[in-house]
Amino acid sequence: MIIATGNHAVSYGVRAARAEVIAAYPITPQTQIIEKLAELIQSGEMRAKYIRVESEHSAMSACIGAEACGARTFTATSSHGLAYMSEMVFWAGMGRFPIVMAVVNRTLAPPWSIWNEHTDMLAQRDSGWIMMMCGSAQEAHDTTVMAYRIAEDERVLQPVMFGLDAFSLSHTAENLELIDQEVADGFLPPLNPESLPVYMDPDNPVTFGNLLGPDKMMEFRHLIKEAFGRAKGVIEEAAKDLSNATGRKQHGLIEDYRSSDAEVVILAMGASSGDCKDAVDILRDEGIKAGMVRVKTIRPFPGEEIASSVRGAKAVAIVDRDYSYGFGGIIGREAASYLSKKPLNYIAGIGGRDITVEDFRKIAEDALASAERGELGIEKWWGMRGFEG
Amino acid sequence: MNKAKTGRAKVALSKPSEGASGLTGLWRLRRPVIDPAKCTKCHLCWLYCPEGAIARGADGAVWMIYEYCKGCGICSEVCPSKSISLVKEG
Repeated sequence: MIIATGNHAVSYGVRAARAEVIAAYPITPQTQIIEKLAELIQSGEMRAKYIRVESEHSAMSACIGAEACGARTFTATSSHGLAYMSEMVFWAGMGRFPIVMAVVNRTLAPPWSIWNEHTDMLAQRDSGWIMMMCGSAQEAHDTTVMAYRIAEDERVLQPVMFGLDAFSLSHTAENLELIDQEVADGFLPPLNPESLPVYMDPDNPVTFGNLLGPDKMMEFRHLIKEAFGRAKGVIEEAAKDLSNATGRKQHGLIEDYRSSDAEVVILAMGASSGDCKDAVDILRDEGIKAGMVRVKTIRPFPGEEIASSVRGAKAVAIVDRDYSYGFGGIIGREAASYLSKKPLNYIAGIGGRDITVEDFRKIAEDALASAERGELGIEKWWGMRGFEG
Repeated sequence: MNKAKTGRAKVALSKPSEGASGLTGLWRLRRPVIDPAKCTKCHLCWLYCPEGAIARGADGAVWMIYEYCKGCGICSEVCPSKSISLVKEG
């Protein structure tokens, strides 16, 4: 057991996964991840090539090139860096390069902000990447290793990005159990270059990324759609195998916390889910049957799994630390399309404002009271200062 | 699309080979025609052709590969002896 920040937990995960090429550009609050990796490589504790690049666009380009040569690659970024990288994020997704990327979730400017919000990552949700969101430093560490297993699985072969909340997760030091190298090696076999959709083999030269007409494009896109269909099973399988290998409960698509008999279920995501669980425990002690479901995987979206977990609840409160302007909370709206009963959507923690245990407790009570009045399908901006929510 | 090995036909790939993009000569609007009497066999046209659509013989003579010549006219432009003329197709 060591004490490490969420960022360093990711770096140690990258080491355990034996990533061979790292190309990254520093940005607050991701910098610690790549600083630690540079340190591990420099000291000889990790065998990898670190490519210093001039931008995030170049970082992802370098990862694509390295992956195409059969190397296991890693990069990390955040908000503006991810936005700048976006073109190559799509190239990696549509080109089916099983790259793994950590995204430290930070609000996009203006006004300038460094604090947490999930909109940066969610804005990339149609790029062909599997997307996950971590709830603790331990989960960030374990998910790093799990991500490679999912990405490189021959039934999937799509890149994986996983998020961790700026500061509340990235910079907060927690107890961390490192995955033993032997355990990691047993769980994650070496990358087989022959399995890669694009493999730059000098003996079998190919051109990738050239023009493809409307006569064939749809079929290639459909192959990606099918891979995402298979990914759900692969994610659950990877979580189960890593649970067995580490002795720690790993979550694949969702985390279900005391929701089976709950009257009110909060659908949460990211670092604040820990506070949400505390609120659930307090409510239970007070005699209110509360529960939580946490979205661990965003793409493929676990709509059926969420619907099944909240089926018996009178009220479902979906807390979004993100927003799609002119539409609503992104997770709230996406989940609502799978639910038979309209949920309540709470927009909270925008721009890094704290979502406390007390907030979750009040949200649960508010949702239950709203449901009793028959007021469902409402969106509320929670904790507005000087405004009516 | 490369179907040579299992698992490889998941993304669009092409093999670098003659005619990988089809008979691109069909795109041509103007046809470059060489006058052998004026040609000095300097091979500038062969060097500049962006499509590799000019061939050279053992005797130094050059000729157009009309299956792939797109008719850009660069050969005619660079020819020092003005021996390549562009003739409207069709």
